[in-house]
Amino acid sequence: MENKEKIIEIKGVTKEFNGQIAVEKMDLYIRKGEFVTFLGPSGCGKSTTLRMIAGFEMPSSGQILLNGKDITNLPPYERPINTVFQRYALFPHLNVYDNIAYGLKLKRFKNTYVDKKGRERTRIEKLSKDVIDAKVSRVLKLVDLEEFEKRDVTTLSGGQQQRIAIARAIVNEPEILLLDEPLGALDLKMRKDMQLELKDMHQKLGITFIYVTHDQEEALTMSDTIVVMKDGAIQQIGTPKDIYNEPKNSFVADFIGESNIFSGTMVGDKKVRFINRVFDCVDDFPLNEKVDVVVRPEDVFLADEGKGMVDGVIISSIFKGVHYEMTFKVGKTEVLIQDTIERKEGERCSIHIRPDDIHIMAKEFDCNRYDGYINKRNNVCFADGEFECDVTQLYENSHLDEEGYLVLENGEKLDLNDVDVKVEVGLKDIEIIDNDVDGDACGTIISIVYKGDHYQIIIRTDDEEEDFVVDTEYVWNENDRVSVKIPKDKIKLKLKAVNQK
Amino acid sequence: MVKKFFQHGYIWLVLAFLYAPIILLAVYSFNNSQIIGQWSDEWSFDLYKQLFSSSDLMTTVVNTLVLAFVSSIISTILGTMGAIGMFYSKKRVRETLNTVTQIPVINAEIVTAISTALVCTMFAFGRTYVSLLIGHVILTFPFVVLNVTPKLKQMDKNLYEAALDLGATPTQALFKVIIPQVLPGIFSGFLIAITLSLDDYIITTFTKPATFDTISTFVFDAYAKGGRSADVPALRALSTIIFAVIIIMLIVKNVIASKGQAKNGGRK
Repeated sequence: MENKEKIIEIKGVTKEFNGQIAVEKMDLYIRKGEFVTFLGPSGCGKSTTLRMIAGFEMPSSGQILLNGKDITNLPPYERPINTVFQRYALFPHLNVYDNIAYGLKLKRFKNTYVDKKGRERTRIEKLSKDVIDAKVSRVLKLVDLEEFEKRDVTTLSGGQQQRIAIARAIVNEPEILLLDEPLGALDLKMRKDMQLELKDMHQKLGITFIYVTHDQEEALTMSDTIVVMKDGAIQQIGTPKDIYNEPKNSFVADFIGESNIFSGTMVGDKKVRFINRVFDCVDDFPLNEKVDVVVRPEDVFLADEGKGMVDGVIISSIFKGVHYEMTFKVGKTEVLIQDTIERKEGERCSIHIRPDDIHIMAKEFDCNRYDGYINKRNNVCFADGEFECDVTQLYENSHLDEEGYLVLENGEKLDLNDVDVKVEVGLKDIEIIDNDVDGDACGTIISIVYKGDHYQIIIRTDDEEEDFVVDTEYVWNENDRVSVKIPKDKIKLKLKAVNQK
Repeated sequence: MVKKFFQHGYIWLVLAFLYAPIILLAVYSFNNSQIIGQWSDEWSFDLYKQLFSSSDLMTTVVNTLVLAFVSSIISTILGTMGAIGMFYSKKRVRETLNTVTQIPVINAEIVTAISTALVCTMFAFGRTYVSLLIGHVILTFPFVVLNVTPKLKQMDKNLYEAALDLGATPTQALFKVIIPQVLPGIFSGFLIAITLSLDDYIITTFTKPATFDTISTFVFDAYAKGGRSADVPALRALSTIIFAVIIIMLIVKNVIASKGQAKNGGRK
């Protein structure tokens, strides 16, 4: 794969729709003959990227190169690229043959020949009917629909229409075939069959395939390379194995397959602390770094109580065919487990995780996040402290009345006492105070890291062992007792959704 | 049983109310009497003979047909172009244009008529065949747009892109993919345009040249003069023919539409 030339290069491409950014500063190249899948949830920009390669959308900025030549502003009918659309987009007024031959009939090529007087001439010619016939029947054979030439496309089943759409695209012998969720409208069984057939076709034809889907299983089955996208940006590029086993961040881990994602802290050399226990791991990260820990449900092993690494209780167990899917609870944390041996709901047991099944990812740490609740005084409690906050941000256009009830836009009165909230505090918004009395919460400084122009300080509270991560210009000492204060308007609150993941 | 009887009875009553006068007219077109209601002697085709031998009447018939045909063709071309153009415009442009083109539909015809006449006089060419044609195009073209737009909306949005993708230029895609897709809409828009133009009176009187008559203006004038003109009874024959032609057109259109539906129905 390494030495193959790049067929498509996307350089710093941004696409905006009326001020909304769909794709942001994307850089990507695709090698000749690869089967590449753009994978991501809806609205992640994967279809927009595909449409820019096809030429249906023009990038707001940036360049797209095909074989090293700039095609950014080339209209779709001049690109050697064909598309298979999600809903097939077959021409209903044409029969199967005419649909497939549509592109061929439009094709013109330069024919150089010697005329009667011996002069060399170049003429622009159409493809002859025989050539078109031969090509059409060849692709119909490829998609297993040999006898269908004269059929009306509207009389075909979804799967057959899909095959005709593929035939119509590949008959033009494009350099790249784009497939925009082509199997989305088919039922599960047919989709699985078509996945294998497409992969097969890719090997036979040797054309570069660019495939768009939101179905991670489809992506894993078919692709040479997967490009995981979110919010218009690439999250990770890699082979299906890489993406599954070594996800770069928690989004990828969560999107590809099922996984347990825990917040953890590095507590030593290849030692990570999560679910209240220190585990050995194989990834090396700096001490006290906040990390995301990913453990696949099939990598968690159950043992009898006391015999594993962490004890807990099974709180649900569902039969899934090949395995049981069980939820195991340790303290407040739930762990998803897949195992072939059933443990009943309520059974106390223990889990064991092998070091090389613990995958650690750097946390994109942009702010402190806590689970908290609102108390009687409309203050928010988290991390062993009580902080003044603005509760009206929980509901749009609400205000507080004199008795401390929150009045909503529609006049409804709410008592916020004991409401669970998610709290976010920026790294620069926390003020450190030199003693453990004057602040709203107190703790000990456990780490100081110099980050170029500022220090990043981690303060750990005494009882709950929550951490405050603070960016500050001032230097402090490790093991100092300090307290923290947070300005009222810097505490961002969000209601906890009812069914959190 | 009784309920069913009343249900059916009601429908028949409504239909009778709508069609009895026309049937009466048709019946009297085969009778020579000067006024409807006085049956004279026997059945005859005299009125039809009179109709086809009166050169005045025949001129107006030809005038009407030519005007309807020419104005409808212009409207169909303009309306189709307009509908496709609007469909592929940005949302705000589309909505504005859509409202503007539909104003003649809601607007009182008399207002359209007078304003068109005014504009034509203002630009000096006065009331000529051109002003008449313009009047009829204004009258009929919104209906073409109204018939073509739904077909565009029903069309798979990717069809145009698919055509471009396969190497068609925008013009080729328009004629080979989009127009064939909306053809039923264009056709029904054309038929509606013809029917509207055929029986239009108000816009015609305000925009026509003084010596030019269509069936509507001729009939109206003939009756306005007290119905004593010799040609008045022959108009019964003419009206019957027009009615028959329109009924046939309507049936043809519906048969085509239902065939099209049966074809599409298999897919969904």
